[in-house]
Amino acid sequence: MAVSGLIMLGYLVAHVMGNLKVFFGPGEFNAYGHWLRTMGDPVLHYSWALWLVRIVLLAAVAAHAVSAYQLSRRDIKARPTAYVHRRRGASYATRTMRWGGIILALFIVWHILDLTTGTVHTGGFEEGKPYQNVVDTFSTWYGNVIYIVAMLAVGLHVRHGFWSAAQTLGVGSARRDRALKLIANGLALVLTVGFISVPVAVMTGVVS
Amino acid sequence: MKLNLRVWRQKNADAPGDMATYEVDGISSDMSFLEMLDTLNEELILRGEDPVAFDHDCREGICGACSLVINGDAHGPERTTTCQLHMRSFQDGDTIDVEPWRAAAFPVVKDLVVDRSAFDRIIQAGGYISAPTGSAPEAHATPVPKADADFAFEHAECIGCGACVAACPNGSAMLFTSAKINHLNVLPQGAPERETRVLDMVATMDEEGFGGCTLTGECATACPKGIPLPSIAAMNKEWLRATRKSRR
Amino acid sequence: MSYFAYTTGEPVKDTKAPDGPVAERWDRRRFEAKLVNPANRRKHTVIVVGTGLAGGSAGATLAEQGYRVVQFCYQDSPRRAHSIAAQGGINAAKNYRNDGDSVHRLFYDTVKGGDFRARESNVHRLAQISVEIIDQCVAQGVPFAREYGGLLDTRSFGGVQVSRTFYARGQTGQQLLLGAYQALSRQIAAGNVEMHPRTEMLDLIVVDGRARGIVARDLITGRISTHFADAVVLATGGYGNVFYLSTNAMNSNATAVWRAHRRGAYFANPCFTQIHPTCIPRTGDHQSKLTLMSESLRNDGRIWVPKAKGDRRPAAEIPEDERDYYLERIYPSFGNLVPRDIASRAAKNVCDEGRGVGPGGQGVYLDFADAIRRMGRRAVEEKYGNLFDMYARITAEDPYETPMRIYPAVHYTMGGLWVDYDLQTTVPGLFAIGEANFSDHGANRLGASALMQGLADGYFVLPSTINDYLARHPSSEPLDDTHPVVAEALAETEDRISLLLAVDGDRTPDSFHRELGELMWEFCGMARSEEGLRKALERIPQIREEFWRRIKVPGTGEEFNQSLEKANRIVDYLELAELMCLDALHRSESCGGHFREESQTADGEAARKDEEFSYVAAWEFRGAGGRTQGEHGTGTGDAPVLHKEDLVFDYVHPTQRSYA
Repeated sequence: MAVSGLIMLGYLVAHVMGNLKVFFGPGEFNAYGHWLRTMGDPVLHYSWALWLVRIVLLAAVAAHAVSAYQLSRRDIKARPTAYVHRRRGASYATRTMRWGGIILALFIVWHILDLTTGTVHTGGFEEGKPYQNVVDTFSTWYGNVIYIVAMLAVGLHVRHGFWSAAQTLGVGSARRDRALKLIANGLALVLTVGFISVPVAVMTGVVS
Repeated sequence: MKLNLRVWRQKNADAPGDMATYEVDGISSDMSFLEMLDTLNEELILRGEDPVAFDHDCREGICGACSLVINGDAHGPERTTTCQLHMRSFQDGDTIDVEPWRAAAFPVVKDLVVDRSAFDRIIQAGGYISAPTGSAPEAHATPVPKADADFAFEHAECIGCGACVAACPNGSAMLFTSAKINHLNVLPQGAPERETRVLDMVATMDEEGFGGCTLTGECATACPKGIPLPSIAAMNKEWLRATRKSRR
Repeated sequence: MSYFAYTTGEPVKDTKAPDGPVAERWDRRRFEAKLVNPANRRKHTVIVVGTGLAGGSAGATLAEQGYRVVQFCYQDSPRRAHSIAAQGGINAAKNYRNDGDSVHRLFYDTVKGGDFRARESNVHRLAQISVEIIDQCVAQGVPFAREYGGLLDTRSFGGVQVSRTFYARGQTGQQLLLGAYQALSRQIAAGNVEMHPRTEMLDLIVVDGRARGIVARDLITGRISTHFADAVVLATGGYGNVFYLSTNAMNSNATAVWRAHRRGAYFANPCFTQIHPTCIPRTGDHQSKLTLMSESLRNDGRIWVPKAKGDRRPAAEIPEDERDYYLERIYPSFGNLVPRDIASRAAKNVCDEGRGVGPGGQGVYLDFADAIRRMGRRAVEEKYGNLFDMYARITAEDPYETPMRIYPAVHYTMGGLWVDYDLQTTVPGLFAIGEANFSDHGANRLGASALMQGLADGYFVLPSTINDYLARHPSSEPLDDTHPVVAEALAETEDRISLLLAVDGDRTPDSFHRELGELMWEFCGMARSEEGLRKALERIPQIREEFWRRIKVPGTGEEFNQSLEKANRIVDYLELAELMCLDALHRSESCGGHFREESQTADGEAARKDEEFSYVAAWEFRGAGGRTQGEHGTGTGDAPVLHKEDLVFDYVHPTQRSYA
């Protein structure tokens, strides 16, 4: 759970940096999209590097999902009877890990069908023109809603996930706890704000 | 004080259970929570009803026998054991829900009494230092740095009450298990069995049907002895280290 | 025949203690004891009842040696035995402080602290073993307090002038017990100990004059079963709960020792009970138990009351010159660290004078203002933090701001089953260790000595003496429930339980326990008089008679039934209480915790009468025929027989104790 989560987290950090290039106009953004495919050239063939990344990611997603499923099953089995008197427990981020994870899984499917394959894209999807595709997506109200909700979920998920991963990997300690929580909150905030800034920019016309 | 109690009643392990409502009157704020239940039980006996069964013994907060979930909180609203919780933490006219520890690994024996023998089996798996009587070297032969001794003590304080499991939404016993592992593994005397201890205890913990840890932190919040949450991370570190070493 | 009319029988003699220089006796005994071949040990089964410091350590050690151990505790886990609640520390003559301590000094302090009513041989052995205990516990990982250099820290305790008490903050008992529990757990996992938690011993099985097993009740299912062995070890603790209010755990009880007594084991010095000076005063009738504040607090806290009677001002408003630091005044050389019996009695005296503080005037102050000024709040917190927290939680007062209020409470019983040097009772094959026996503390136990004795007995003494008995009885005939003696014991236990359930009266078990406790506290508590004891001895049979007429136990015997457990224990308290009062009445001297108002010095100190009472009073039970419960289970049978064991002091000359 921790290792696969951290791989995805690493990817997200790279992803948000790439996304922010949208603010430098279509030229630079589209060129960046192209570079993703020529990474590793000339050692690697066109888009091989990207596929490598995708395979690693897919494996991480699968591992993450499988362990989440196993953990959840085990946890539900370990606590078969609920308390009659329910009380609000841990932080919101902690309590929403399970549902947040499911929301994110669904989002990833939509996100790929929307901006990678274009299957559910609205307004003519064009391969190699990511800038226009992004603007198209965020020109619909539902595109924005889905995306923003998912990015808030990312923030919450990362907030508890990063700190938890540190504990699982045995990095946590009383002394480091503050620092780890600070980093977790920082990462969550940067990712959420970074990702959401794009649809907001499209909506407000900063990016068009 | 006059109180409305809703108490989990269950005849035995196999019988179904339910919340029953009782009214208790004449409760003093100086009473402990268990003394309040004593008052109820005295009345029940005289009425010819079955008194409420609950585990308790030292009533000083150290034996770890008492185990009530009060208004959804393991050991109630204060950070202490149920026996050290006093009625001054409640208001006249309050409705109080009293339930047993809930976890698959802690089946209900009767009413509010549960079976916590799984904890004993975790300790039996490796929660000791093998030092047969008579084999000990002079106590000062191995000085222990004060910081390590304090770390060991902080974790050795665990009273094995099971509040961590009761509070955990996953019924996980990580905090209990980690407390003992950290106590023994930091000491030079515990070093020879450091790897087998953590591997065996964690394996037994898993076999006993405790849930996995999702680091909700509920355990450490409920712990009457303040075993800290980073204890779990320290155990994970020990486990990873032992796993790596045992592969070699 | 009236219970007062006890008779005096043959003197009893400790035949196992070797002669010769006291320092060599333990070695000699160990050498003279017969041994069991390691290969044969597996063939011997030993039952150990109780899993406290004594029982836990004995079970683990016997199993390590290769015996087959079958162990019982009423708690849901062996880790919860009441030794866990011991706070202050454990004594050992390590002399790490280089402050003049030695085995001989610990021996001397303990004999003197016990007011010359303990055996020299036993106490010297205890002092010798004390050093090994610390080594053993450290090897097990017990996290004793350490100094910055990594070495063990010590502090001082009442009744001594050296610093020999090892501690683990205010939880020494817990840490030592967990050490023993962990050693025991290791043996359970190895299959050498068969552990029966939530199982209470209800009777002893004696076949052909030898202890061969026990009758026990599974507290969950109510099933009554028999268990057989080659020897039985009782490590079931003290009987302080006779008083209802004590610092004992709620379920600590006297059933095992009392049943053993009824089966032939002599009960020694039952009136020797320790009243601990520093407990939190009771707050009302609802009180179910009393909580101890560790004696270690007297290291830095100062005890005082107002000089004037009936001074009701809050502590802070009473100026320094109107305070009476009475322990420092009366006992300048030991000050606040006088032994427990003396501190308790002094507190009672000032309260009786009308100078007590708090509700009902039943309390004295234990003040840390000076300590906080001298050491700083942080240092005080570091040393006593958990005790202060506990006090604040119970009383809702902040002891850092206002002085604690304390009052004496029943804490420990020095009396117990009579045992010889091998810790064997008068029933061959029945051993008693820890607080359950009477052996080492005389008439008053010094602080931090109970842990020492429990572990000495369990780790070192019993495992070196029980072999002598087992080796001399290499084979025992196999037993089962059809054996007439076994069948009878089983039937008696079942009858008693049925009888309790059948009365269906109108009073709860607790109401009887409370009534008995109040009676005992008044007449057999901190001060005892002939008049009071006679009153109690008349009253107890009446309570017992009423008990068997009016007790109400709901439910059945075939289920988890805590009321039944309680009622069954009260049956035994109602009998034991009578023996305690009789013993207190017959011992018309004052010594240690036993203070007879008729026997005091001019300044109110306990006055011993060595010519008359320098003996251990070992009482023999005289049952009424075959039915040991007496007619309708309501009596104790005939008056008991007193057997005296004379005490000989070759090394520590008895003097009037002086702590001034």
